[in-house]
Amino acid sequence: MTVMEDYQPVFTGKVLEELQTVLQRYPNKQAALLPTLWIAQREHGWISDRIMAEVGEVLGLTPAYVKGVVTFYTMYHQHPVGKNFVQVCTTSPCNICGAEDVLKALLAQTGAGDAGATSPDGKWTIVEVECLGACGFATPVLINDDFVENVTPDKVAELVRKYR
Amino acid sequence: MGFPHKLHPKETAVLSQHFGDADARTFKGWTKRGGYEALAQALKSDPVAVTDIVKESGLRGRGGAGFPTGLKWSFMPKEKKRPHYLCVNADESEPGTFKDREIMRWTPHALLEGTAIAAHAIRAEVAYIYIRGEFTEPWTIMERALGDANAAGVFGDIKIHLHRGAGAYICGEETALMNSIEGKRGNPRIKPPFPAAAGLFGLPTTINNVETLAAVPHIIKRGAAWYKGLCLSNPKSTGTKLFSVCGHVQRPGNYEVTMGFPLKDLLYDMCGGPPAGRTLKACIPGGSSVPILTREETEACLLDYEGVVEKGSMLGSGGVIVFDDSADMVYQIMRLARFYAHESCAQCTQCREGTAWTTKIMERILAGQGKPKDLDLLLDLSENMTGKTICVLSDSCAAPIVSGIKKFRGEFEAYLAGKRQPVMVG
Repeated sequence: MTVMEDYQPVFTGKVLEELQTVLQRYPNKQAALLPTLWIAQREHGWISDRIMAEVGEVLGLTPAYVKGVVTFYTMYHQHPVGKNFVQVCTTSPCNICGAEDVLKALLAQTGAGDAGATSPDGKWTIVEVECLGACGFATPVLINDDFVENVTPDKVAELVRKYR
Repeated sequence: MGFPHKLHPKETAVLSQHFGDADARTFKGWTKRGGYEALAQALKSDPVAVTDIVKESGLRGRGGAGFPTGLKWSFMPKEKKRPHYLCVNADESEPGTFKDREIMRWTPHALLEGTAIAAHAIRAEVAYIYIRGEFTEPWTIMERALGDANAAGVFGDIKIHLHRGAGAYICGEETALMNSIEGKRGNPRIKPPFPAAAGLFGLPTTINNVETLAAVPHIIKRGAAWYKGLCLSNPKSTGTKLFSVCGHVQRPGNYEVTMGFPLKDLLYDMCGGPPAGRTLKACIPGGSSVPILTREETEACLLDYEGVVEKGSMLGSGGVIVFDDSADMVYQIMRLARFYAHESCAQCTQCREGTAWTTKIMERILAGQGKPKDLDLLLDLSENMTGKTICVLSDSCAAPIVSGIKKFRGEFEAYLAGKRQPVMVG
């Protein structure tokens, strides 16, 4: 492996201590992989190949194994995302309540333009996701960790102002 | 109660009686309302006696399969030689379903109490509650509730941990969920062995849904006979059930009714029916994985495990999706198939190929480029996707396609005949 001199390991100090408490919940290290990846993403913003290697090192897994797991789950970012990561549900129950119009309004008003792309100012990444499990509150939108219910196209401008 | 709406007189609020009441969320508030009394009672009883009460109550799994809960618990080894585990399925991701989210948001201690009682009944020392990654608010509430309950020491020797998912519908399948806790890709496992023999970490495991476990403290406290008496239709379906109603109704939300309640009353009396000027066209009564009902079938349907089967569908998770006459059934069925194509774990050929292929065929029909044989092809593919794979995700994709073509064939044919304006770009 090429030595990446500017790479700052994630699992040091307090974060390493946090990992130790996570490990106590499971009978083996591998089982802590999902929570460990969550910590890594919280600290670094996304899961790079180098982070996968570090996670593998601390849990005794190969980088390839870690990558196999990361790529299975949609919530681990394999590329950097905007400051605001926005997930819009467009599955049937929300779809018939106008979810596609909410998505369009978000893409247009944030400048992200296309689902999955990041706006030129780096502030917004809007993605279309499957069922968020809040179908009675169509359309639910998850902005970072904030779960916003009953979003309609006319409420999008206010949301964009709030998180900009 | 019909959260976010007020309690409707026809509801039977057991699980939902404290929805909307933030005080019930706290440990103090929960104990003030009689919380953790059932757990204290259960911990003093023999595990077999606790299991027998749940068996006698008639409680069945609320996650979708409707398997008798007490019977499932009794499958755990009688002689304990190795550690036992309990998994709690809070990976609620079935389109149309949002009841477990509300249980965790408003009554986190009900779930924790039910979890501890179940762990005692199956003699598990550790329970994992698997919460889907997108449920950020329920996670925070559950984390706090668990901390408070641990500080009060109510669980005895039982350890409860939360485990966060990371975006994968398939992890709601029981063995996929176990793989996910083990730090693996969420691929379902071949059964047998069943979880009671070799589940989490290869050890005897029981897995239950959130709503199932939230009902357990009430059953322990008020008795099996009381729960069994909550029944409007047939003795095989007992208790109350939360129905999440969404789509084209005036008052979407969660409503709790006694088993056997008429679907028609739920949709028209409680939810206010379709928006003004619209009429009901179709309804999916148990989450997106079950066959679609027509208006006539919907209005004659009783909400219990057998009643919905009688009308050609399934009770499933109780996620009710309503479509009015403005809905394009071809587009919506394509959208459901696309959901399954996105969520397929891709282990089994029939599912990996079938979900993607059926989606593409419906997309081309919607683009005005359908071929005359496309409906036969969709039905043929659906047949090959049913009953042939490790788990039922593939079957779930086929259900709305087959029932949709059978019941709304005219809408598909209108696209094929060029009588409907294409809504997609080919």
